[in-house]
Amino acid sequence: MSTEVANAGEVISPIFGRLTLDWIPYHEPILIGTFAGVALGGLAVLALMTYFRLWMPLWRDWVTSVDHKKIGIMYMVLGFIMMVRGFADALMMRAQQAMAAGGATGYLPPHHFDQVFTAHGVIMIFFVAMAFVTGVMNYVMPAQIGARDVAFPFLNNFSFWMTVAGALLVNISLFVGEFGRVGWLAFPPLSGAAYSTGPGMDYYLWSLQIAGVGTTLSGINLIATILKMRAPGMKLMDMSVFTWTTLCTNVLIVAAFPVLTASLALLTLDRYLGTHFFTNDFGGNAMMYINLIWIWGHPEVYILIIPCFGIFSEIVATFSGKPLFGYKAMVYATACIMVLSFVVWLHHFFTMGSGANVNTFFGITTMIISVPTGVKIFNWLFTMYKGQVRLEVPMLWTIGFLVTFTIGGMTGVLLAVPPVDFQLHNTLFLIAHFHNVIIGGVVFAVYAAVSYWWPKAFGFKLDDRLGKATFWFWFIGFWFAFMPLYALGLMGVTRRMNSYADAAWQPYFIVAAFGALLILCGIICTFANFGYSILNRKKLACGNDPWNGRTLEWAMQSPPAPYNFPQEIHVRGRDEFWRMKQEGFTWAESYAPIHMPKNTATGFLLAAFALAFGFAMVWYIWWLAGLAFLAMIAIGIGHTFNYNRDYFIPATTVTATEAKGATA
Amino acid sequence: MLRSPKLLLATAGAFALSGCQFDVLSPQGWVAGQERNLLVIATLLMLIVIVPVLFMAVYFPLRYRADRPDSTDYDPSFTHSNKLEVVVWGVPILIILALGAVTWIYTHRLDPYRDLSALNAGTPVEVEAVSLDWKWLFIYPELGVASVNELAIPAGRPVNFRLSSSTVMNTLSIPALGGMVYAMAGMETQLHLIADNPGTFAGRSAHYSGPGFSQMTFDTRAMSDEDFNAWVAAAKASPEALTRDTYLALERPTIGEPVRHYGSVEDGLFSRIVGLCVEDGKVCVGDMMMQDKMGGGGLNGIANAPAYDYDRARAIDGFGNPLNLPAPEPKAFHEAFLTNPDLICGTGRTEAAIHVN
Repeated sequence: MSTEVANAGEVISPIFGRLTLDWIPYHEPILIGTFAGVALGGLAVLALMTYFRLWMPLWRDWVTSVDHKKIGIMYMVLGFIMMVRGFADALMMRAQQAMAAGGATGYLPPHHFDQVFTAHGVIMIFFVAMAFVTGVMNYVMPAQIGARDVAFPFLNNFSFWMTVAGALLVNISLFVGEFGRVGWLAFPPLSGAAYSTGPGMDYYLWSLQIAGVGTTLSGINLIATILKMRAPGMKLMDMSVFTWTTLCTNVLIVAAFPVLTASLALLTLDRYLGTHFFTNDFGGNAMMYINLIWIWGHPEVYILIIPCFGIFSEIVATFSGKPLFGYKAMVYATACIMVLSFVVWLHHFFTMGSGANVNTFFGITTMIISVPTGVKIFNWLFTMYKGQVRLEVPMLWTIGFLVTFTIGGMTGVLLAVPPVDFQLHNTLFLIAHFHNVIIGGVVFAVYAAVSYWWPKAFGFKLDDRLGKATFWFWFIGFWFAFMPLYALGLMGVTRRMNSYADAAWQPYFIVAAFGALLILCGIICTFANFGYSILNRKKLACGNDPWNGRTLEWAMQSPPAPYNFPQEIHVRGRDEFWRMKQEGFTWAESYAPIHMPKNTATGFLLAAFALAFGFAMVWYIWWLAGLAFLAMIAIGIGHTFNYNRDYFIPATTVTATEAKGATA
Repeated sequence: MLRSPKLLLATAGAFALSGCQFDVLSPQGWVAGQERNLLVIATLLMLIVIVPVLFMAVYFPLRYRADRPDSTDYDPSFTHSNKLEVVVWGVPILIILALGAVTWIYTHRLDPYRDLSALNAGTPVEVEAVSLDWKWLFIYPELGVASVNELAIPAGRPVNFRLSSSTVMNTLSIPALGGMVYAMAGMETQLHLIADNPGTFAGRSAHYSGPGFSQMTFDTRAMSDEDFNAWVAAAKASPEALTRDTYLALERPTIGEPVRHYGSVEDGLFSRIVGLCVEDGKVCVGDMMMQDKMGGGGLNGIANAPAYDYDRARAIDGFGNPLNLPAPEPKAFHEAFLTNPDLICGTGRTEAAIHVN
């Protein structure tokens, strides 16, 4: 069957499939340089880890860990690593477009440039933004509901490693073969067997399918956690707004991601088995794919932004010294957005020839979403009103978000007006809009979350000056990078252009590239901050509640003990920790043994074989695909016979841990 | 609301100072003008709420700083207010109601499928636009000429586009004249535009379509009626004829194709392009649908698969070069299934008539 879609003259070897030495891009100097850098850096890390004997601790305390806090941190690490990759792609694009004006071709030929913008989109959405929000939800939510872990700790570990496997598969494509040249949503027929030959599109499909398994399972896990594992007494309306947004987001994940899985599976069948769901011939219809992918794709952007609304809700209340204004309105607004996000998908293709009635319907539903979103913004503003606003780093990100996201929301509503979209669809105006909301919303929120919850996770604050520098570089860099794109969009400049004839556009692209360099400084400051703060952790050490927090996670030690809370908390209402502090709360003198889940390597092994399976499918190495698949089934079944899954932390250990925390 | 020319001029003027051509803000045709007006109306409507929000987002944190000298107005119990709730839900709802009404009116008025006869601007020109890999083909069915990568239109008269594509999706975009619509293979879409005055406007594909996408641009030349007639006459003088054969040659993937004119166009070519049946021996999409409706070719139809096969012959590699993918062997399938017909169909069916073009 495979020979049908293979290149002419391409031999499918029984051992290596279609993978030959020709697919190693040793003739591409950029890739060779990157590979050398990655290899040297990797070797250095390996050597240091061996020198400091960190392999066992890494395996024991992190890789096999089912602790939601460790997994949350690992998601954040994955997000930051992939952000470096995705941002390198962004710099390459900005440099190319700043150069390739008026007949100049720049330094990236289309074959390379088209892979770069595809990889940038895929990585930033699936492996940066998703990893970040999943990481924050994983770390914070169980603590906010007073739980010791998520409902299914092993599943959590498995979900994480599946996400990593997907990310690795994308990165392998950099050095073995190529990535798709189709844009981040891979519209057919361009992404079909005839117009995207080679392994690039297959890397796209399998990496997203593998990571999608992790995302879907993680969604189920977090919903179950919120619904079943809240501390006694905590009613749904007592939950923090971040927990509410986590619940809504994961409902969206569980409802939307199967659609992505199905649409990618159909496209995979087209490419591998010669079916005709989305081809031009034999009655296939590519418009069907575009509908399906956006039925997932629009909820997806709300999956990213809704938890960020929750993050800002926590921060704005804490740093204003007030309970959140309009809690109930906030909850209902979130739920409204959750439902509405499923009835707006067609606004992504108003220009595909739907009638005026259909376009009007989807235009107006889209505008309606701006009402609950606007209510949220007003509620944050009124939380600050008559408050005691401390302008710490998390609060700077919040104010930056309020300004940036409001503008992004406005351009979003503009694009929701169908006749305006007829003009601006697929222009750089659109690119500016969604970076306006995703950087201004998601990235700012994640940075706010990292600076806000870092002291909880590690027991010391991040450095203030570097934190502020990071913010200002990102904030100003964002405006420099994307305001020119709004202007270019109003000139009718299309996205994804490798070169352009009109040299009058070039100054705008150069300003945008300058903005990207400012953001680069922001990213460098981020890592400098992590490094500096870790080195100065003694000086930056803080107590368990450095921000005068309101929610239960601040009742834990910093860094938290594996069991989170030494005893159950009985919740009487919203902002329970605030009430506990008012009442002069202390933990009981004697503790009971605590029941905890045991670490397991199963998730890691399953994901490793999933990666092998994906790689084998990309390259038509059928024997390896078969073996890896069988291995996954065997490991999965084998794990059901593992009855040694839990243990008790003895009361004496709890007492000792709590005593240590009290003196810290 | 529509008649606030001063404001529009001021907006456009501010941008024009930068020395760039803001096609969307300086429309050259009625459609683009309406779309620009709508953009301005929608922006102004939203500024009613955006401006106060931006002000409060900066003013509140500064005004209520924790280290302010007089913090007697600190009020942690201020967490709910019915009055404010009414305002924060009510005002956006009112704005969205207004914007929704405007959207309803303009979306129907500017439906790309709606012709511009309401403008009473003379006889429309019919143009059949086909996106090829990676160039645009414009066929003028009434005039019997065609051009590649150049769109000539008479200024002041509506242009009725019918769009399709030979392989992947593109959009036909001429921002100075108005919005874009997708061109898709096996399908026909429509777009109606008009240029108010003579001029040359940038046109391009605005949907990424492969390696030659960036060069998929063309000049839209709006001319006076005399100039347009002269252009048509010059095109007619071209010795090249656009027939099924020359179309199939033109359709092969190229990047940066120069402008070219065809003096004659074979009848019915565009409907064959839409039907994916320009080649001999192919079944048009419309006929295929009818066959499917009548029950399809059944088991015996498997041997006819090549008559429906289209994409494979147009396969490209990552650099845009044509590739020969090995053809499937429907005969072998056919024989395999004939030996065991129950495998796929249960009972045998009568062979549907295959109408091969």
